[in-house]
Amino acid sequence: MEEVLRLVVERYNYWIYITLMMIGLYALIAKNNLVKKIVGMNIFQTAVILFYVSIGVKKGATIPIIEHNYDMAHQAIRAADYVNPLPHVLMLTAIVVSVATLGVALAITIMVYHRYLTLEEDEILKQIRES
Amino acid sequence: MSQYYPALLIAIPLLAALFISASGWLRPALCFPLALTALGGSLLVSLGLLSNVIRGIPDVYLFGGWPPPWGIYYRVDHLSALVLAVVSIVGFVNLIAARPAVEKEFPEKAAPFYTLYVLFVTGLLGMVITGDAFNLYVLLEIAAITGYALIALGKGRAPLSSLHYIFMGTIGACFYLLGVGYLYIITGSLNMEDIARLLPPLYESKVVTVAFVILMVGIWLKMGFFPLHAWLPNAYTHAPSPVSSLVAPLMTKVMVYVMIRMVLTVFTVDYAFLVLKLNDAVVWLAVIAIVAGSLLALAEKDVKRMLTFIVVAEVGYMVGGFWLGNRAGFIGAVLHLVNDALMTLCLFLAVGNIVYAKGNSQWDSLPGLFRTMPWTMGALVVGALSIIGVPPTCGFFSKWYLLLGAIQGGHYGFLAALLFSSLVSVVLFFRIFEISYFEPFGASHGPDHGEDGPAGREAPLGMLVPLWMTALGLVLLGLYTGEIVDRVIRHAVPGMML
Amino acid sequence: MEPLTSLKPLLAVLVSLGVVPILISSRSPNVREAWTFGAAGLKFLIVLSMLPAVLEGRELVCTLAQVLPGVAFRLRVDALGMLFALVASSLWITTSAYSIGYMRGLKEHGQTRYFCFFALALSATIGVAFSANLFTLYLFYEMLSFATYPLVTHHQDAKARHSGRKYLLYIVGGSIGLVLPAMVLAYHLSGTLEFSGQGFLPHSGSPILLGVLLFMFLFGFAKAAIMPVHAWLPAAMVAPTPVSALLHAVAVVKVGVFCILRVLTEVFGLDLLASLHLGTAVAYVAAFTIIAASLIALTQDELKRLLAFSTIGQLSYIVLGAALLSPKGLMGGMIHIAMHAFGKITLFFCAGAIFVATGKKNLSEMAGIGKRMPVTMAAFFIGALSIIGIPPGGGFLSKWYLVLGALEADQFPLLVVILVSSLLNAAYFMPIVYRAFFVGSRETTLPDTVSEAPIFCVAPLVVTALISLVLFFYPQPFLDLAELAVQTLIGGTGK
Repeated sequence: MEEVLRLVVERYNYWIYITLMMIGLYALIAKNNLVKKIVGMNIFQTAVILFYVSIGVKKGATIPIIEHNYDMAHQAIRAADYVNPLPHVLMLTAIVVSVATLGVALAITIMVYHRYLTLEEDEILKQIRES
Repeated sequence: MSQYYPALLIAIPLLAALFISASGWLRPALCFPLALTALGGSLLVSLGLLSNVIRGIPDVYLFGGWPPPWGIYYRVDHLSALVLAVVSIVGFVNLIAARPAVEKEFPEKAAPFYTLYVLFVTGLLGMVITGDAFNLYVLLEIAAITGYALIALGKGRAPLSSLHYIFMGTIGACFYLLGVGYLYIITGSLNMEDIARLLPPLYESKVVTVAFVILMVGIWLKMGFFPLHAWLPNAYTHAPSPVSSLVAPLMTKVMVYVMIRMVLTVFTVDYAFLVLKLNDAVVWLAVIAIVAGSLLALAEKDVKRMLTFIVVAEVGYMVGGFWLGNRAGFIGAVLHLVNDALMTLCLFLAVGNIVYAKGNSQWDSLPGLFRTMPWTMGALVVGALSIIGVPPTCGFFSKWYLLLGAIQGGHYGFLAALLFSSLVSVVLFFRIFEISYFEPFGASHGPDHGEDGPAGREAPLGMLVPLWMTALGLVLLGLYTGEIVDRVIRHAVPGMML
Repeated sequence: MEPLTSLKPLLAVLVSLGVVPILISSRSPNVREAWTFGAAGLKFLIVLSMLPAVLEGRELVCTLAQVLPGVAFRLRVDALGMLFALVASSLWITTSAYSIGYMRGLKEHGQTRYFCFFALALSATIGVAFSANLFTLYLFYEMLSFATYPLVTHHQDAKARHSGRKYLLYIVGGSIGLVLPAMVLAYHLSGTLEFSGQGFLPHSGSPILLGVLLFMFLFGFAKAAIMPVHAWLPAAMVAPTPVSALLHAVAVVKVGVFCILRVLTEVFGLDLLASLHLGTAVAYVAAFTIIAASLIALTQDELKRLLAFSTIGQLSYIVLGAALLSPKGLMGGMIHIAMHAFGKITLFFCAGAIFVATGKKNLSEMAGIGKRMPVTMAAFFIGALSIIGIPPGGGFLSKWYLVLGALEADQFPLLVVILVSSLLNAAYFMPIVYRAFFVGSRETTLPDTVSEAPIFCVAPLVVTALISLVLFFYPQPFLDLAELAVQTLIGGTGK
């Protein structure tokens, strides 16, 4: 028990991202309204982004900008002093991707709305069955 | 010149997409020629890459000149060169056939259609050629997002199906991204070969296992591997026909390629087959996919929808063949990837012609088609024979390798599933042929065969020529199987499987 | 002697394939039929031109593509293939003539389609005859299956659809469900599919596996109509009669037995079969089919169905001959390919001629027909003689060799089977002839206006009947070819 607790506390970033992911997944599966589903999808994507961002963190490290002093030029750069920038940079791209997905999804939702005049999935499916 | 091929392959269509989009406002008539030129260009480049690879000239391109572990780099080997050629051929041929349907179904949206079309192909080409796991994610999403938009162009249920596809596709892509994240945590690298170099000491680590499983689930979701296929039939059925005949042959196949690439280059076959020992389980999943796909196809009364379930079954062929973990199975899977892309293209093009002439591809619109659309139906027959696996069409040869792999691997369940699915496809296709050949009863029977059959016209030449090019390609590909295996696929077989 | 490389086998296959586009595009029926004749004649000449080389004991080979490691798309002309190709290509000429008479006589629809697929089917048949390995054989076998489907279902009505389904179920089900895995298994065991006189399967394989493999081939090649995979043949009789005649008495069904002959002799090899006692097993399956089919034929009233069951029985003679594993038995089986072909096609032509002239299909309505259609029925008599095996019908020779073969193999039960079956053959054919000629004019139900069918129908059947007779006196080409084929398989003499 203690060990589990320790795991939760030490790796809290993982638990948070998994919780967020599950919330997103729940909304995607269980919600009836298409926009709510899209919100769920976005939470899901954000969870992954948070996960990436959190793995770049180092305790006591600073932002990875090297001061160009003449004094320090001959000193080795200690990687442990700096936050890993790469995951953050990657996430810039991922955020762009997720925004694009969101945009397309919302645009298509508008198309769906114009066609069926509702966003409740069960009503749409009912209309499709009836036609 | 040739050292820029990998970059040109992506750059040409990417820039062209911009121009097409712009010419949509200025000179809409230019959209199609521009798209054709762009895809023709990348077709030439990809053929050039293939011939370079065959002659043993390596093609590596470092973006910005950064050496591998740091920069993104594109690397072409036998496997990717082959798949690149397939993707660009399918994209190009289908584009020719798309024009009449676009003009008939949504002429006002021609410019966005061609833009998205070219971008979609760009994304797929990039996925195949890239040597960077994160870059692959970005390109995957480029292909996916354009794919969603293309599918939503269809009538009726299309937007809803597209939305469902977005949900599932996003989950799949996020899983992929997550898997890459775990790999990055443990190795600190995103370059595929670099990861492969760093992984062996970490094989026992749980993180690697988690990364592998998450990656595979994500990829399977994107390729529609049963039971993760639920989004596929609706999305492909309701998409406009030029889109179905682009997305259906390519998206699933490229995802199969990504799976092979991940196992082959990133995790290495030693890890996947010897450390994890998942082979048997995955092959059984593939067996289920094949059987279920075939059975579900039986229940459909719409040719296009039936084809989508055949796609589901065919995904099982490739996944199963690859996971057999032996040489014949591997060759079978890769060969089937190539063949199935063309077979599905041929079938979807033929169905596209039927939809063009009749408005839909329900069984009700089939009667009398052999009389009114003999050329389309002829090509449909060739495609069907290839799916069934009749020599000399190419479908026979990949099936042959898969069967051989199943026997060599002692996996008789897979053998039985392959034969079962072949027999079911005989039933599937001959039901269609029966309806279009026999019905309406009496119309063709009797001494004087009047022209009183159901009215209808053959599809325009612009659609028939690409269709028949594909159909003949199926036979040629079959006859050149020996060459393809000998010159290309043989070199891609990982050492462990020899 | 080393094989000759030659394009002739390929040409022989392609001639009828090449004529298809011309057939499709030709507007007038006369032009279309002239092309069919031309192709048939040319094909026969090409086949014939290879005969001297084959009789010298040489083989002609033509490799087209290397498709799988150790497996090429390759054509090869040997004595057995030559024998079969000769029969099929010569009969295509007569059948073309007959088709014209029959199809025009009945004003059938879709004649262009009919001639096209006929040409395709012949291409496939010659392809099977000239196949150098199991893969090429399978390729043409499948091509034949699909090319004959539109011919079987030519009438495009519900009955044709039903028969078409049955046809596909048996033929394609067999070839994909049994032959394909058997072929892959054989390749897995031996690494090749190339036919060889001694068979290519390794003798070291487990006997049970080899036994299973043999029966997968035996029943998988369902075109040979060995019971219990025979039911498609009677059903396929809904096809127009020329189709039944050439395809279901000669090309398709003989392709089936030809495949089985190849499997027995050049995939397994006689030694392997003998050492595993598989020959006897096959022989008894064939013997059962012979007797059962003859008994069923006795009960039939529809002439074409009777002929179909008779064909099922006669096909198993060929399998039986090969399964005896004795030189004379093999020769008997091979010659029977030719003898039965000429005899049975005559009978089918007669059935078709009667249908064209009177519209009757059932035997019970044909009493006294010999007086109205004397030429046709005389030809029928000759064909029946040949099938039963009474001199001077050509069929006598093949049965003679089969009997000798059974004696050579010390298989007295099988000898009895051959003799009993001949009696049964007589029992179902002779009453037809008797009732045609020797019933009183009161019993006949035929209208007075009935006379012989058109000349295009009658001439071919007279020709094939005469050939049946001539083959009794001059069986040389076929006899020599069969002897040569047996020599290459056994090394001894067949005579």
